[in-house]
Amino acid sequence: MRGAAVLELDHLELVQGPFRLTAHWSAGPGERIAVMGPSGSGKSTLLSAIAGFLPPQSGAVRWQGRDLVGLPPGERPVTILFQDQNLFPHLTIAQNLALGLRPDLRLSPDDRARLEQALARVGLAGLGARRPAQLSGGQASRAALARALLRARPILLLDEPFAALGPALRQEMLDLVDQVARETGALVLLVTHDPGDALALGGRTAFIAEGVVQVPVPTTTLMADPPPALRDYLGRK
Amino acid sequence: MQKQLLAAGLLTIALPAMAETPVLTVLTYDSFTSEWGPGPAVEKAFEATCACDLQFVPAGDGAALLARIQLEGAASDADVVLGLDTSLISAAADTQLFAPHGKNPTTNLPVAFADPLFLPFDWGWFAFVHDKTRLPEPPTSFESLAASDLKIVIQDPRSSTPGLGLLLWVKAAQGDRAAEIWKGLADNIVTVTPGWSEAYGLFLEGEADMVLSYTTSPAYHLIAESDDTKAAALFDEGHYMQIEVAGKLAATDQPELADRFLDFMLTEGFQAAIPQTNWMYPAVTPAAGLPEGFDAFRPAKSLLLPPEEAQAARDAALAEWQAALAR
Amino acid sequence: MASRARPLSLAAPALAALLLALVAAPLAAVAWRGAGLSLGPADWAAVRFSATQALLSAVFSTLLAIPVARALARRSFPGRGLLITLMGAPFLLPAVVAVLGLLAVFGRSGLINGALTALGLPPVSIFGLHGVVIAHVFLNLPLATRMILQGWLALPAERIRLAQSLGFTPRETFRHLEWPMLREVAPGIALVILVICLTSFAVVLTLGGGPSATTIELAIYQAVRFEFDLSRAAGLAGVQVALGAAAALAAWTMARPAGFGAGLDRKLALTAPGGWRRGLDGLVLLLAAAFLAMPLWAVVLRGLPGLAELPAPVLPAAGRSVLVALVSASLTTVAALVLALAAARRPSPTIEAAATLPLATSGLVLGTGLFLLLRPFVSPMSLALPVTVLVNMALSLPYLYRILLPEARALQADYGRLADSLALRGLARLRWLVLPRLARPLGFGAGIAAALSMGDLGVIALFAGERQATLPLVVQQLTGAYRIEAAASASLVLVALSFALFWACDAGGRRAGA
Repeated sequence: MRGAAVLELDHLELVQGPFRLTAHWSAGPGERIAVMGPSGSGKSTLLSAIAGFLPPQSGAVRWQGRDLVGLPPGERPVTILFQDQNLFPHLTIAQNLALGLRPDLRLSPDDRARLEQALARVGLAGLGARRPAQLSGGQASRAALARALLRARPILLLDEPFAALGPALRQEMLDLVDQVARETGALVLLVTHDPGDALALGGRTAFIAEGVVQVPVPTTTLMADPPPALRDYLGRK
Repeated sequence: MQKQLLAAGLLTIALPAMAETPVLTVLTYDSFTSEWGPGPAVEKAFEATCACDLQFVPAGDGAALLARIQLEGAASDADVVLGLDTSLISAAADTQLFAPHGKNPTTNLPVAFADPLFLPFDWGWFAFVHDKTRLPEPPTSFESLAASDLKIVIQDPRSSTPGLGLLLWVKAAQGDRAAEIWKGLADNIVTVTPGWSEAYGLFLEGEADMVLSYTTSPAYHLIAESDDTKAAALFDEGHYMQIEVAGKLAATDQPELADRFLDFMLTEGFQAAIPQTNWMYPAVTPAAGLPEGFDAFRPAKSLLLPPEEAQAARDAALAEWQAALAR
Repeated sequence: MASRARPLSLAAPALAALLLALVAAPLAAVAWRGAGLSLGPADWAAVRFSATQALLSAVFSTLLAIPVARALARRSFPGRGLLITLMGAPFLLPAVVAVLGLLAVFGRSGLINGALTALGLPPVSIFGLHGVVIAHVFLNLPLATRMILQGWLALPAERIRLAQSLGFTPRETFRHLEWPMLREVAPGIALVILVICLTSFAVVLTLGGGPSATTIELAIYQAVRFEFDLSRAAGLAGVQVALGAAAALAAWTMARPAGFGAGLDRKLALTAPGGWRRGLDGLVLLLAAAFLAMPLWAVVLRGLPGLAELPAPVLPAAGRSVLVALVSASLTTVAALVLALAAARRPSPTIEAAATLPLATSGLVLGTGLFLLLRPFVSPMSLALPVTVLVNMALSLPYLYRILLPEARALQADYGRLADSLALRGLARLRWLVLPRLARPLGFGAGIAAALSMGDLGVIALFAGERQATLPLVVQQLTGAYRIEAAASASLVLVALSFALFWACDAGGRRAGA
């Protein structure tokens, strides 16, 4: 483990009906961690818990030593991108971004300038007045990332937000994530089912098997010699 | 609206200053106090002589009045209750909330009426009203009505005073044959409405040939609408009466003023307002006589059960009525 | 999740408690004064009849509304907007006015019997159980149609597109898209209609045809007015509330959230199938329009002649009524929104009960109980307007709640997490998320609440003061004083004002939501 742990999953136990998931590991500042596992293994559940949508059965989620349990999602040091519905369809792109700065949308001239900058940064300059329905899938993802840039929270949770995009576009998005994370110094947790994404992200990968989120190991090491469960998942003999 | 709110506000502030003006609170039914009822004229006439403030408090219809008094009991703010009728008198007396009036006025009622607690202020005969142009020869008795295939609308005795009046009418006129009469009437009755106005509305809309109302109803159409097509069918067995009365509450804080109001009630200032607002016969015929149309349909025979008897007969008559009409 | 105290999570239980207290306290006061609860054998007959007619009315209103709403959802034709707006009108009619309007069509000298006679056929009578049900369907079908239509319009375009791409036949579309939507929306609608018909008084009595059509409300009337038997009144009112609660429970277990997921607000209409279905939709719309419009037209015709000579008290009374309606509607809208948002976050039987049972309370017992409770402290007359507003709120909130709930649920399911993750809370959440997304149902519901508050009357009789008559009371006074023509005109004014308020709110909501 590099440096001091900032995100600590301490004997975390999540329960949803008959489903049970445990995790006990930590991550350092600015790390890139891919979360992989078979469909239904609980990848999204883990992110939900970190983001504050699912209170743990037991254990703790700590950030810089402070227990986040009980803190509402919006007050956590977290930005999360869902699989879909990352933008409000009745608001313009600019308004959707502005929500990341000030929920009451009362922007100072300075805020406005930052917003324009963020739009330009993700290649959406001039599209602020559009509504989400007028954007392509890739553009919508960019808009959501631009908001993450504006929010600049130290943890960026990505719950397969680019799953619907083609390979080239997805690569582009991962590059953008990399830049955003670099600029904000964020710790990135990316849920994906594609080992390519995990490798592209760099850093470590936490594999989920049989209700346990394994301690992340460097992705290259993991892929070079996958454990049996991951081997099955990857379809390798 | 704003002006009135303002006025109400000012009134509240000004109230202590004019506390010496005594207030007489009269609990009565809605239509008495309405713009088209006797209330406004009566208030003006009485206030001109009493150096007081006469306030009418509306409380639904006649039956609601009695319920209200029972709810309030001795704590009522009202001094006088005006608008009970003969079929409610006995129940009202049973509440022990009314004080004797100690008066013995002369009235023009067609029957003898003397009650220690209540004084009459107007009266009328129940009757089936019809349109002469459509029904030139109306039935002349309950029996002939039942034998006909005419359609009638009546009111429910459980929610309306005319409805209750009809129940007692059939009982007073037919006695033990009442159930039989009701069975005969069952196929004539189009529907039973909750109140007088629904029934009268249905009749005017042409849903029925006849409606239970008063002998004075045609006079309204004659005087107010110059329409002489409406008539009341006179029945051989006589017509049941409704006498509307007022009484003084025992717990009143204005006993003298209440007495003066009851006296005033039988004078010209009150009585002259009755015929063309309440469309009933005034208890004391005004000097100017009765308006035209009021003498057009005068039954030869008046029926009225004494209050105690009416009260005693009510429940059995109601059961009889329900049984006969429940098809 | 999110169990910490936020204003909304406190406001909703408080409101629910207030509403339940408004149901329970007057009942308890009446029972206490009457020393208990009691019921006689005749009362059970009244309970049976009330329940039967209410159930029939609710079932017919809801079932008939489905084809009408579907035809409106998938067809476009000139006058569609007008027809949808007119749908609000019958619901807003005072009961007596509605009955007279219906009689102009179904009555002895009405259109239908006129046609039958001309054809040499025997006339039909509208009086009896079927007449009661027809009247209740006339009053409630439009509301049901509007609420179900709302559900149809809320089907996400993405899901419709999917259905189209899979080449769904109309039957499959119904099974996979429309039926789940109806499953979510219809039970609640039927519930509201059932409960409102349970307490219906003037319609049932006038059209019922005789004493076999005795409802609980009439029995309560008899108990209070003629027997002063308050324990019986309280017993009957208790049974009525219990029936309402049972119906609420049934609807609660029957309703299933559809869970369509969110869309991007793209506009996409359902495929309108051609062939005989096209003809059928046309026929359905034509019949519904005629059924609703003819009695309305009769109301207009009855009222027109006297309009020129409206009695003087009509105007101030109208002003008072509009004021009461606006205040009531604003309060109701806020209250219903708070309850619906809370229920959308976490389903709550308490909220469900609080938003249903006020409808099941007997007007007479509610009025009498409030009178008993308040009279020791204040003069009832000075409370006339506040009590009217309070009662209006309690009685119109159930409609608004039903209208808002499905959309509040969808809002929570689709955007709740995103909004939470962005810390979109309080006023900002209201302004940027809730109001824009719920503008349509809010406008529609506020319009319903305003119009309903124009018409209500029964409960406040005990609080009425000398000079505080509202427009419905003036109408009643006019009818009581033989002035049928003036009453018809004043009713027309009442209906027109109600409709104008309804229209303004509804159109406003639609514009804001567009």
